[in-house]
Amino acid sequence: MKRIHPGWLLALLLTLCFTLATVFVPRAQWWNAVPRAADWNKARSQSDNVFKLLFGEGRRLFANEMFVMADVYFHSGYYPSMFDRQDTDRDVADPAHGKAEDTDSTSDDFLGPPPDWLAALDRQFVPNRHTHLSSGGPSGHMNESEVQEILPWLQLATDMNPQMIESYTVGDYWLRRLHKPEQAREFLFEGLRNNPGNSELLFDLGTLYDKDLHDSNRARNTWLAALRCWQAQNDNVKTSMESKRLYGAITIALAHQAQEADDWPQAIKYLEMVKTVSPYPDAIQKQIDEAEKKVAGAK
Amino acid sequence: MNTIWALAGIVIKELYRRKDFYVLFVLTAVLTVATGSVRFFQDPNIVRYIKDLCMFLIWISALLIAITMTARQIPAERENRTIFPLLAKPVTRGQVILGKFLGCWLASGIALAVFYLFFAIITGSREHYWPVLDYLQAFLLQWIMLGIVTAMTLLGSILFAAPSSTVTILFIVAGGILFLGRHLNTVALHNPEPVRSIIYTIYFIIPHLELFDVRERVVNDWGLVSWPACGLATLYAAAYTGLFLLLTWLGFRRKSLT
Repeated sequence: MKRIHPGWLLALLLTLCFTLATVFVPRAQWWNAVPRAADWNKARSQSDNVFKLLFGEGRRLFANEMFVMADVYFHSGYYPSMFDRQDTDRDVADPAHGKAEDTDSTSDDFLGPPPDWLAALDRQFVPNRHTHLSSGGPSGHMNESEVQEILPWLQLATDMNPQMIESYTVGDYWLRRLHKPEQAREFLFEGLRNNPGNSELLFDLGTLYDKDLHDSNRARNTWLAALRCWQAQNDNVKTSMESKRLYGAITIALAHQAQEADDWPQAIKYLEMVKTVSPYPDAIQKQIDEAEKKVAGAK
Repeated sequence: MNTIWALAGIVIKELYRRKDFYVLFVLTAVLTVATGSVRFFQDPNIVRYIKDLCMFLIWISALLIAITMTARQIPAERENRTIFPLLAKPVTRGQVILGKFLGCWLASGIALAVFYLFFAIITGSREHYWPVLDYLQAFLLQWIMLGIVTAMTLLGSILFAAPSSTVTILFIVAGGILFLGRHLNTVALHNPEPVRSIIYTIYFIIPHLELFDVRERVVNDWGLVSWPACGLATLYAAAYTGLFLLLTWLGFRRKSLT
């Protein structure tokens, strides 16, 4: 048997030591830094993230690609490439943002008529129609549960960039639609661990408690927390359209809950808040007037 | 024809004597199983990302096996000087080319069949349904594509000095066609003349390997490609394979073996 040169053995040992050091040093630092048992789980999700270990902060660059992959799967592979010079709407996110799901839209039909016979032949071998997984997929008869196939990409997007709020909200929406409220709650908790006090995640959590877990007390408390977190933000952040939309959504949810509980003074208070940001203040004013009549009637 | 089959048989034996196939298969299996063991949202039925990865690995592995195996055939015969007793049998140079091509193509097909069997078992065990015809069609189309690649590599092994350069160049060419080939016409339309005409000419000259890539359809359950379209693609591949084999024979016919 050929004898191995001691230099090679030394090199092998050094490589092994270096590899083990990259694995254990971050863990050892975390063990020293986190003495409380309560923080154990919180930190574990971060230290266990393989992508963080491999790519460091550079992993955030890939998060958007992962989200796009979720949209690609949502369209069953029918998606423009970088050569098509056409942006497509992220249809996977539309329902989560309260927009109607446009299943028969031709706005994303980027292919157009084939320019030559080769392209015409090629289209027989690739996905060639605009479809959504949530509405039957390519065959038109697929179960809605097929939409679960987008979930790994949303999870990966959050692993790559834990501050990408949209991934959590879109994931929560589809998990709820797939009748998996427990998983949706866990996903939102993960989002809140990584983004403490995020009012959008708190609002979605409140909606989950209200609509899916039928726990109106928790829903109200979570929405109130979302409102407090929203109000604690900088004035610059509050003036953006998205932020105003969120404020409107939180306050209208609280107003509706107060109406259901016949707590009309509280409902008026929240409706007044909605009116400040609503694009239809007259309609809100009508609701306030009706609520004031009920208060007067009760007296 | 017996001579061609005998030559092909030797090449097929080489497939299971060498480690390339085993290493690539184990790597594909380990990566697929490891990825499949990850549970997202405690849902055991999520499967498309596994299919996607497994198909990608199968394509890479099949290309690796076909190109590396074909690239070393004729240079190895020349280097070991076994080409001389072979040609003295009597075996014509055309028969050597055809025998080597057939052997490499069949060997690639055998390897590909094993990969697809693994793919079907892995996805079937997760999805609990077996679209056998879809997988068979994907396998056939990929195998036909490997025919073009094998013929192209055989031509490369006649033109280039060493198997390593043939492998590198063929990988770049095949990868480039698979990645860009489908989009060259779009790129051409966005360019002014004469660049447009040049790109369009390249678009029509190159063998469109991506035509045989039905991974997206298999992964996303689009169902079968129409058989007439498959027939047209087969004719297209046969034309290119024949052309490359003819060019290889023309190059090899007058090539000095010393």
